[in-house]
Amino acid sequence: MRATPAIDARAGLDKLASYPFHIATWVDVGGYPVSVAVEASVDPGTLTATFDPPAGLTVPTDRDVSLTGSHIRPQPGYGYDERRHVTVWGRVTSGMRPDAMTRVVTLTARSAWGWDESETPFFEYSERSVPRSRRYFDALSAERGTPVKPRLSFGFLALRSTRLPFLTATIVPVVLGIAIAASHGAFDLWAAALTVIGAAFVQLGLNVANDVFDSVQGADDANVTPTQFSGGSRVIQYGLVSLRQMATLATVFYVLAGLIGLVLLATRGSTALLVIGVAGFIVSLGYTAPPLKFVYRGLGEIAVAVGFGPLMLLGAYVVQTGGALAWEPFVASIPIALLVALILYVNEIPDRRGDAHVGKRTLPVRFSPRAVVMGYNIAASAAYAAVVVGVVLGILPIPTLLMLLTIPLARQVSAGLMPNYDNPYGLMAFMGVNVRLHLFAGVLLLVAYAVVIGAMAIAPGVDLFLG
Amino acid sequence: MATIPAPAIELLEAALVAELTVVDPTGRPVTYPLIPLWDGERVYMTSSTLFSRKLEHIAHDPHVSVSVTDPVSVGGREDRVTIQGDARVIDDDPHGGWERLLPIWSAKEPAIVSFLKARVALPLFFERALIEITPRRVLYWPSGDASVAPQVVELAKQAA
Repeated sequence: MRATPAIDARAGLDKLASYPFHIATWVDVGGYPVSVAVEASVDPGTLTATFDPPAGLTVPTDRDVSLTGSHIRPQPGYGYDERRHVTVWGRVTSGMRPDAMTRVVTLTARSAWGWDESETPFFEYSERSVPRSRRYFDALSAERGTPVKPRLSFGFLALRSTRLPFLTATIVPVVLGIAIAASHGAFDLWAAALTVIGAAFVQLGLNVANDVFDSVQGADDANVTPTQFSGGSRVIQYGLVSLRQMATLATVFYVLAGLIGLVLLATRGSTALLVIGVAGFIVSLGYTAPPLKFVYRGLGEIAVAVGFGPLMLLGAYVVQTGGALAWEPFVASIPIALLVALILYVNEIPDRRGDAHVGKRTLPVRFSPRAVVMGYNIAASAAYAAVVVGVVLGILPIPTLLMLLTIPLARQVSAGLMPNYDNPYGLMAFMGVNVRLHLFAGVLLLVAYAVVIGAMAIAPGVDLFLG
Repeated sequence: MATIPAPAIELLEAALVAELTVVDPTGRPVTYPLIPLWDGERVYMTSSTLFSRKLEHIAHDPHVSVSVTDPVSVGGREDRVTIQGDARVIDDDPHGGWERLLPIWSAKEPAIVSFLKARVALPLFFERALIEITPRRVLYWPSGDASVAPQVVELAKQAA
């Protein structure tokens, strides 16, 4: 994989012509490069560039000479933008201009190289260059006879390799399930704490296992436009953690989740909890792991919706109720399920080329941009409709309508999708809003149930359900 | 003993970008825009391991040049300097060894400190090697005009 697209000599000259001045460089007789500023007249049609011979220096005709143009714009406190450079190589001849009065140096271009961040964004350029970094560390290791690896502090590495900030996807449905159970008069603090911790381990196991299986199957290697929300943690690709270490970490998380699940089964067990626990484990591990590979079969969004919606929420609910099920937690899980699936759905947009390359049939891989945006609008609308219908049918309490306050966030994401569909780094801001949409919707539903529980305590006669 | 002309040092100390030229195995010059850092004796540059081809070229052939002009940083002056020198790659500790240059670097580019705090976002970008360049010869164009021969200063090898 090349870090930057190849540029032929003509394209290189085209780019060179856009710079106000150029740097002519050659290697002098002492073996040192010498550079001098010139104003070259570029003619891509004849593959040539001409410039006045620099005074006091001899431009050699027996070796390659280069012409370089570069541009950068410093941005205080931000770094740089508008970074670009191009170099064109060729041999030169020295002669007279047509007026026969002055000498001229003519470079006939043979090859070119360069980078323009408006064509290849810096993050993509960096990602495409990862194999070079790995080769560098391999060479250093071979030279020193001991492994030399890139490093991150333990905290940063833990944060990155487990994708810890995404735990909100678990905490929201689990705490909501516990809150709904509490509103039904069932609450056990220790069981609630164990449920949150156990569910968190399931997600951490899923996150890490996802990196392992996507690396084994080549999906993360094929993705050159990862963002902070998509493309996996990249710790394996960057050589920060080995595949084996990640596989061990995923196993540890799943074992810890399993142990907590067994404790909950032993202390708060029910058939419903056993079924939900087993289903959750299958959905979690089967998300990327063979033979199920839900995400490779176009079932990833559904798996995430089911796993981080009804299974998490109902699981937390039945732990508290000792196995009793109800429609209310199920209906409340629908908007959460849809919004969490939409996080994945939007995050899949920049990954779609890499995913398609390895046969991962996500919805953005299968459908047109227009259909994908329409899908977002339908699913987001369905999330709000589920709450409204739930309230109208008397299944959800009236305060859950608070979730409608997040509609502007959904509209913001929807409006940002099409203009940034092919710009992963522009899309990143909307991915962030989409994550906040799920979080805020969950928090507002929690606030709704806090109101319900508060009302039960303060004014038991007040009915917050329609009908 | 010859020294680098004072205006050239001003350029090195002020410029945000310079062109580092190295020689590839075919003898061809390859130019990279990089931030130059001057410690009063040598020119330093750093390279991420992501973009380490230049380091391989230097290991193969240590002859390099650093070319600087930066009218914005030096109040509109258009003078230009090219410093030829011998380069050495220092990569004992790619993770943190280069950070000894942070005081000079942050004085020129304060944003680097906040970038470094967020190294978790782009870990390999901050795995870097130092390029230490010992100046050997200086070509200085006071007006930046190449139609006028440059002032050439040969620096004694032992001086560097």
